[in-house]
Amino acid sequence: MTMITEQNSSAGAANGQAPVPLTETKTLTLAKAINAGLRRAMLDDPKVVLLGEDIGTLGGVFRVTSDLLAEFGPNRVIDTPLAESAIIGTAVGLAYRGYRPVCEIQFDGFIFPGFDQIVSQVARFHYRTQGAVRMPITIRVPFGGGIGAAEHHSESPEAYFTHTSGLRVVAVSNPQDAYGLIRQAIASDDPVLYFEPKRRYHVAGPVSPELGAPLESARVVAAGTDVTLLAYGALVSTATDAALAAADEGVSIEVIDLRSLSPVDYDTVEASVRKTGRLVVTHEAARSGGLGGEIIAEITERCFDHLEAAPVRVTGFDIPYPPAKLESHHLPDLDRMLDGVDRVLGRRR
Amino acid sequence: MHTVHTGETPAVSLQLLSPDGMRMRSAELDPWVADIEAEDLAALYRDMVVVRRIDAEATALQRQGELGLWPPLLGQEAAQIGSARALRTDDFVFSSYRENAVAYCRGVSPTDILRVWRGTAQSGWDPYSHGMATPSIIIGAQTLHATGWAMGARFDGADSAAVAYFGDGATSEGDVSEALVFAASFQAPVVFFCQNNQWAISEPVGLQAPAGIAGRAPGFGIPSLRVDGNDVLAVLAVTRLALHRARTGGGPTFIEAVTYRMGPHTTADDPTRYRPANELEEWAEKDPILRLRRLLDSLGLFTPELEAETQTLADSTAAELRAGCIGLPDPEPLTVLANVYATPHAGLDRQRAEYAAYLASFDPTGGTDA
Repeated sequence: MTMITEQNSSAGAANGQAPVPLTETKTLTLAKAINAGLRRAMLDDPKVVLLGEDIGTLGGVFRVTSDLLAEFGPNRVIDTPLAESAIIGTAVGLAYRGYRPVCEIQFDGFIFPGFDQIVSQVARFHYRTQGAVRMPITIRVPFGGGIGAAEHHSESPEAYFTHTSGLRVVAVSNPQDAYGLIRQAIASDDPVLYFEPKRRYHVAGPVSPELGAPLESARVVAAGTDVTLLAYGALVSTATDAALAAADEGVSIEVIDLRSLSPVDYDTVEASVRKTGRLVVTHEAARSGGLGGEIIAEITERCFDHLEAAPVRVTGFDIPYPPAKLESHHLPDLDRMLDGVDRVLGRRR
Repeated sequence: MHTVHTGETPAVSLQLLSPDGMRMRSAELDPWVADIEAEDLAALYRDMVVVRRIDAEATALQRQGELGLWPPLLGQEAAQIGSARALRTDDFVFSSYRENAVAYCRGVSPTDILRVWRGTAQSGWDPYSHGMATPSIIIGAQTLHATGWAMGARFDGADSAAVAYFGDGATSEGDVSEALVFAASFQAPVVFFCQNNQWAISEPVGLQAPAGIAGRAPGFGIPSLRVDGNDVLAVLAVTRLALHRARTGGGPTFIEAVTYRMGPHTTADDPTRYRPANELEEWAEKDPILRLRRLLDSLGLFTPELEAETQTLADSTAAELRAGCIGLPDPEPLTVLANVYATPHAGLDRQRAEYAAYLASFDPTGGTDA
């Protein structure tokens, strides 16, 4: 297979510039932070390969994999035919052979043709084989709305996966976490669903070359004393803005970025709720059967006596994703979050 | 060459042994079995008799309540033995749940084959110890795994091949079509080995593939062969041919092995509700073991010694399997929560601790926790 080696070795030069991995803190957009994390992981481990639609020459529809084909060649950045089940299913076979595949699902709503392979195969092989076969597969999924897109391009399918044993699920909210968590997800010996907030792709922030806090951990974004406001993905930014607005009215909100959706870092959430006594959970995904209900149930079991009021959910409605001109009604925004804060404070019903 | 063309599934399959045991000549296939000596024919015969005996014993164990279920391979011995004996140890098999003769050839012990069906494990063996993945119960899903493994083999510059075993029913699944697309696009060293046993539970192959199966693969850009699946020599030859193509950069090959499921889909099935009795009689005449025995007879190789040693091996294997099956211990209760993840998982660790404490509460001595 000489041809393959030649493609690999000559491809780096095609870029015309030597690739420079992140070595110091730089300002990067969230999309470029993921790109830097992918590049670092590929440099560190030759078994890391990327699979997806349009990820090679184009660099992905969101350009998250830009320039990686030129640097690593077509055997490591694989433009696949348009078949999500096969993207996941061939990743299973590659993992069987010792690879660490990173699959890109082009849009959240396109993950369902691959659902069976994720739920029936990827999630179960370690359990099925009593630990003999590992599935270190990362599945990257741009998720969430707010970009005025057509149907199937704005969905929040995370609860299907948090309900599936054997998967780890993370959602990133900022460039630093995007960089650290993609590297940790790829290094994990478990399969990880990695949700990327597509409407935050182009927001820049400082990114240091560190891995950051562990994959399973939540992060207190802003400390507060009156209400715990729990968010993940794109809504962390909205929640942070809501906390600033509430502070003007004398309400102190503690904002937590969940980061890991499975498992949930309940210790961090519980510690916050024991302090504030009030919990609001927000997500774009539909309310019924959503992550918010599960988190509220667990927190209620853990620290019922510390709750001053019934926890509140501020979520998308129980509807299929609406047309773009209606999505602002569906998506939780700053005002709806503050409305939820008012309700948990007993200021409105 | 006997390559099938797009949309044309030939009525006649490749053959080296006629049903009455005559050795047919084939310029294309003969070279692939030119090294087969008398002792190799005897070994193939022994294999087929032993796996048929494993199958019968497992069916009996199910009837006696020792197995929850069993998917018999009765009638498909030549398709499975002929193909599996073409493989090397560094090749990798991704199979369905009926390929128990393939597992036998890959060195899986008969007892380990039964674990799944006794319900003590979801996987009877460590895939890496035998170059054979845990059989897939979801129909067709494993064809993608085989293709991915083969893509990896190509990236590695290895000359190993993957073999995907699946049935006629699986050819309707989207995963199989997607596997054919990917295998062709990436020239993956994978052999798609379809055992067309004529029935997918109660649905005849005509419902899955009104225009035939072998004629589909060329439309994906994959060379296709249709072989008599009850002819162990022809199956061995075409599988060797396909593996050679895979090992030498020739990419994937599709093989349709035309065979017949003589028994039920599983021990829970009743084929008399959907299958005409005369069909079974017709296929009994094409029995794969009888056919090889007739050839051995005509060559003067079916000796009393071969018959006796085969019988002894079948008997001892069946006894080993029966004792091994009944001796399989029930798994420890807390293993229900083991190995969901490869690395610690806070949520599950908590559930395990809770359940360990719950179980310990029934132990009057105070017990030990997990």
